[in-house]
This record gives sequence, C-alpha cells and structure tokens, in this order.
Amino acid sequence: MRADTLAHSGEVCGIESPGGLDRRGFLKAASLPCLAVCSGALVGLPRAAPLFATPPAPDADSQFIREAKFYEKLPYKKIKCKLCPRECVIDDQERGYCGARENRGGTYYTLVYSRVATAHIDPIEKKPFFHFMPGAVAFSLATAGCNVNCKMCQNWDISQVRPEQVRATYAPPDKITAIARENSCPVIAYTYSEPVIFLEYVLDCAQAGRAAGVRSVVVSGGYIQADPLKKLCAQVDAIKIDLKAYSEKFYKEVVNGELKPVLEAILTVHKAGVWNEIVYLVVPTLNDGDAEFQGLARWVKSEVGPDVPLHFSRFHPEYLLKNLPPTPIETLERAKAIADAEGLHYVYIGNVPGHPAESTYCPHCRKKVVDRTGYTINGVYIRHGKCQFCQTVIPGVWT
Amino acid sequence: MQRPPFPPTRRSFLKQSFLLGSTLTALKLRDGRAVALPSASAEAGRSRVVIARDAKIRSTGTGFDSARLAQLLDRALQASFDCDSPIEAWKKVLRPGEVVGLKVNCLGGRGNATHLELVEAITERLRQAGITQMVIWDRQNSDLEHARFKIAERGSGVRCFGNDVLGFEDDLATFGKAGSLLCRTLTQVCDAVINLPVLKDHGIAGVTLALKSMFGAIHNPNKYHSDAGDPYVADVYALAPIRQKVRLHICDGLNAQYDGGPSYMPQWMWPFNGLLVSRDPVALDYVGWKIIEKKRFEMGAKPLRELKREPAYISTAADAEHRLGTCDPKRIEQVEI
Repeated sequence: MRADTLAHSGEVCGIESPGGLDRRGFLKAASLPCLAVCSGALVGLPRAAPLFATPPAPDADSQFIREAKFYEKLPYKKIKCKLCPRECVIDDQERGYCGARENRGGTYYTLVYSRVATAHIDPIEKKPFFHFMPGAVAFSLATAGCNVNCKMCQNWDISQVRPEQVRATYAPPDKITAIARENSCPVIAYTYSEPVIFLEYVLDCAQAGRAAGVRSVVVSGGYIQADPLKKLCAQVDAIKIDLKAYSEKFYKEVVNGELKPVLEAILTVHKAGVWNEIVYLVVPTLNDGDAEFQGLARWVKSEVGPDVPLHFSRFHPEYLLKNLPPTPIETLERAKAIADAEGLHYVYIGNVPGHPAESTYCPHCRKKVVDRTGYTINGVYIRHGKCQFCQTVIPGVWT
Repeated sequence: MQRPPFPPTRRSFLKQSFLLGSTLTALKLRDGRAVALPSASAEAGRSRVVIARDAKIRSTGTGFDSARLAQLLDRALQASFDCDSPIEAWKKVLRPGEVVGLKVNCLGGRGNATHLELVEAITERLRQAGITQMVIWDRQNSDLEHARFKIAERGSGVRCFGNDVLGFEDDLATFGKAGSLLCRTLTQVCDAVINLPVLKDHGIAGVTLALKSMFGAIHNPNKYHSDAGDPYVADVYALAPIRQKVRLHICDGLNAQYDGGPSYMPQWMWPFNGLLVSRDPVALDYVGWKIIEKKRFEMGAKPLRELKREPAYISTAADAEHRLGTCDPKRIEQVEI
C-alpha cells in the first residue's frame, strides 16, 4: 500500500497546467535555458535542482528535427499526414495544423523531437490518474504544439504556439529517463500540450524508460489515428483521454476537432489493455446538459465498461472562453449523479479540492479506498488490487 | 484594351478606366464604412483596383528592367490616386516621419515571392516621399533570405527582418474565430504597412493575395486553414492592428501562379507582368481571384469551386460583421493601364 503525502500545489485548473505559476510567470519559467522543477518546488518535493544542466547550443535547431513516422508522400512535393484524423495535406515549406511538423522538399519532419518546452515533477493525481500508482510523482514534460485548438485551453501558451516561439531544451530520450530516475520519479508523463504531436519522441522516451524500469503515462485529447495509437499503446502504461464533450457540435465549434475519432481512440486503448481514464471538462452552457452527461455515461458503460474512471472536472475561464464563469459545483454533482445512476463505478469530481467525490469508493461496500484531498493522498486502502474491507477488486495499477 | 500613354494624365486615366457594374445600392453603408477610399478617387462607395501591366518589363533571362518596373509602379500609384506624380500619390497614403512596414510574402522562396526589385522600387519612391524609416518584414529571417532579401535588423533607413527577431505580443488579439498573438514588428515598430502579396493560387484557401498574406503577422497561421480558410482569413485581417495599419496593397503579379500554390511550382507559373493596386483588400482579392480563375480556365485546370477551395473568405470579409471592403463587382472600379 502506498500512502505518500504531498502538499497541494495551489494550482486549480480545468486542464492540467504545468505548475503553480500564472501564464506570464510560467512562460518565463518555460523559456529559461535550464528548466527548473517548478511544480516539484511548489509541492514540497525534495529536489528542485535544474533538470537540464546544459543549455542548448544557440544554433541547435537541427537537433530537434527528425523525419516523421506517420505520413504519405504525394506528387509535387506534397505530403499527407497520417498521424491524426485531420490528415493535413501539406505543401512544401508548410506546416500541419499542429504547427510542429513541416514539409521540407516533400519529406515530412517533426520539429519537436527532444525539444522540451516545459518539464515539471507533478503528483500523478494532477494528470489526473486516480487508479494508477496513487501518490507517485511523475516527471512531466511537453513540447510546443497541439492538433486541436480548444477555446478553453489552459496551456495555450505552449500548445498553440510553434516550437520556435517557445525556448526549449534539448533532452533526448535517455536523458529523460535519467532525469526521472535522478528525481525518484517512477513515471514519465507526456502531458500539458498534446503528446500526439510529439509521438515519435514519446515512443522513444517510453521505450528508454521501460528498459530502465520507469513507466510512461500519456495525457491526450485522443485525436489520433488507429495505427499510431496502437504503437503508442504498445509502449506506455496508461493513457488518460480528455473527452471534451459528447457532441460533434462542441467538437466542431469549440475544439476544432471531431468526436467520433476520439471515441474510437478510447475503444482502441481499451482493447489494447492499457489502463485508461477519461476526463470530461464541464464547460458551462456548452457541454453541461443532462442528455449529454447521460449519453456519455451510457456510452462509457456499454463500450468500455463501468470500471473505467470518469472525471468530471471544473472549468475555469481561460484563453478564448474568458466570458464564461467557472463551472458551478452543483453542475458537476449533477453530472456525477447522472453517471452514477447509469451504473458507472468510479465517477469523480475534479478541480474542487476537498470535495468528497475526489476520493475513490469501493463500488460494493461503499467504503473509501483511496482518500484524497486535492492532490494529497491521505490513505490508500487497497491490498493486492482489492478493497481492504470487502475484497472487491478495484481495477487499476496500484503498485 | 489599348494601353494609355505614359504617364497617364488624370483625364486619360479616367477615360481608360471602366466600371464592373454601375450602381450603388443597398451595400453603400456597409462598404462606405469599411473602405477608406482616397478622396479624389472613384465615386463614393466604390473600391478601385488598378491592374498595371507592361509586356516589356522583362530584361534578359528572368530579370526585370528596373526602370520599366519603377515606371509601372508609378503608373499604378497615379492611377490609384488620380495623381499626376507618384510622389503625390504616395503622400496620400503615408506621412513623412512614419515608420512604414513593407509586408512581403516570401513563402514561395525566390521563385514566387514578392520580388526584391519591386520592393527596391517602392523604397526609392518612399524615400522621395519623405519616408525615412522602413521595415521589410515577413514571418522569419530565413524566409526573407530565401527570397533574396538581406537581413538588416538594426540601423536607420531600411531594415529587414522576420517575426522571429522581435517575437509576438503576450496578449491575444481576437476577432470572430481568430485568437492570435500579433507580431511586434506590426504592433510596436510600424506606424503604417504596405502589403505586398503575390498573385498566386493556394492549395487549401484557393488563392493567397492581400487578405491571406497577413497570416504572416500572427503566431498561429497553421490553425486557420480549415474550411478553405473561411472565415479565418477574414477574421485575422479584422484584428484591429492589421485593419488599422495596412494602408495599401500592391500585389506582385510580375510572375503569377494559377495552380499548385503556395509553393513555387514553375510549371504553373505565367508571366502576368503586372501589379494589382488597391486600398481595399477585399476588392483586390476578388479581382485577383478572377484573374487566377481565368488563367485556370485557359489552361484547362478545374475551377476552384470544383476543387472545394473557392475562396469564400473573400465574401466573408465583405459581410456586415467584417466590413473590410467590397467584393460586389458592381462596386469595384477595375482600372487597367
């Protein structure tokens, strides 16, 4: 049993944010040649040393560039990206929607391989993963870029910019593993922006980490094609998918993406046997209808089963949706009540520190089996994957 | 159409001009607000687009006769502003002492970027008009260099650098579906901007002319190519610093490209040997689009509509929400010289 205690970072966010800094402060931190363990320092973790001792060389852009893995060559030096469902067709010298991949003379390149724009040590609960090594700390990193453009993005400073617009540090996969181990992080988390757009790097980091006994988890919007996703599933230990809404309308108007491929991605992850949790950020007036909650809960139960954790998270005004208020807690409770009534076993309320629905309850005896306050684990009452009180299996990765 | 004598007098110019349509109707208020027509120009509510061409502008090889190019530019400016001298015309656009940005389009490299020779002709005339500080700019230094421009980040006179030198504002500018950081070159350096796009096809947005060229002023143009750029191209141009600072559009059609753009594809280039000049980016885009469609027809290429890349953003830019200009042919005064 693990019952590590972590102080709360003070950061309450709709989507996982890189740390307890405001945007401007964060950007400044992210732009430092040597990235510090910002969150780690804030949550009282023992190490706050620079993660990268050697700043990148001034003209080192070429070291971040690798040929992309998932694309087709087309006539006239065009290419078609096969990484995400958008399937950008890109002319020579142009970039895809993500801004992190570029066609150079008919060959497609990722511009963000080993190009770490931000890195922190976070509690795994911040991702959030609630059924994956509770209390563990994750060495968390991101590059610039994203393949959608959510109007409520908390991290748009890095997700909605081009790689060259954010200063970055060169950190090849073996270095990431080494840093994670040096900082006693059993997990590497690919998060903050969108790991799909730096997939080549994720795959290599995860492989290097696995060889050294460091696990990998991915926090993604799930807007990815099946082939690259299957390759990802083969390398990582858990995937959290941000399901932005249960309506195509929201995906089209607010996310600039599509719902159907994301649902398919959840199914693919589930079939691959990789641990999966789902987060649903509840945005007032835009995706907070009862019918939507009910449709979502029914889909989850019927397609991936009642044991997949579902987190309803509180929205805070950001980016292009500053006109909306934070999600009323009553709305989150209504969403949870609907999902509970549909028969889901693990429905959480997120970004409301101290709320009872942050904790995990045994679906059989109803006793609290993981006691949480914010990102703090007060106690874990699971032994060998079972409820300590009634021996019911609690699905997850607990050690 | 017979070419007018050079330089054109106001009378000869007016004789040679023709209107696409004739009446001012329901759109008067809308376009009247949006288009800052020069006072002595066309009838109120109309937008003038001058197409200036010179079949003998080329010297040997792929080069241009710099004297003829300067004359072509002068004629276009005079026709645009009903002036008897080019300096007088420029003074209707810019005031002495202003820092003037020359927004070139270099994505296509030296093959189909804004021509260096054209920019040199403009800077010369601007000096004569009392403009002492100019900044030639585009997305990145490397883009400029590929198009033969020499980077000069400091100094007085004519500077030249990309957005990567000064970066972008910290705060988002928003309009419609656009939310972008604007480059500091536009917001902090330039008092006024002359937009110098290239007459060419675009594989996603249909065409890339005056409106779309201002994607070079934002940090995230890759986010705005869905749905053939509609409404994003119009939304981006409607961002306040862009619509307020861009004073004139001179579209480089010395070489033009009717297919395969925005990359340089020599098999689809043709020597248009001309410039399109207007204060109205919507009208210029409309006229430029029709030129490209006409060439596509001549060469047996499918209309952009059939390829699902008709530039609908042009009409969006003219709608009541944007009011960036007019794309109503009845309200466009197209002048060929």
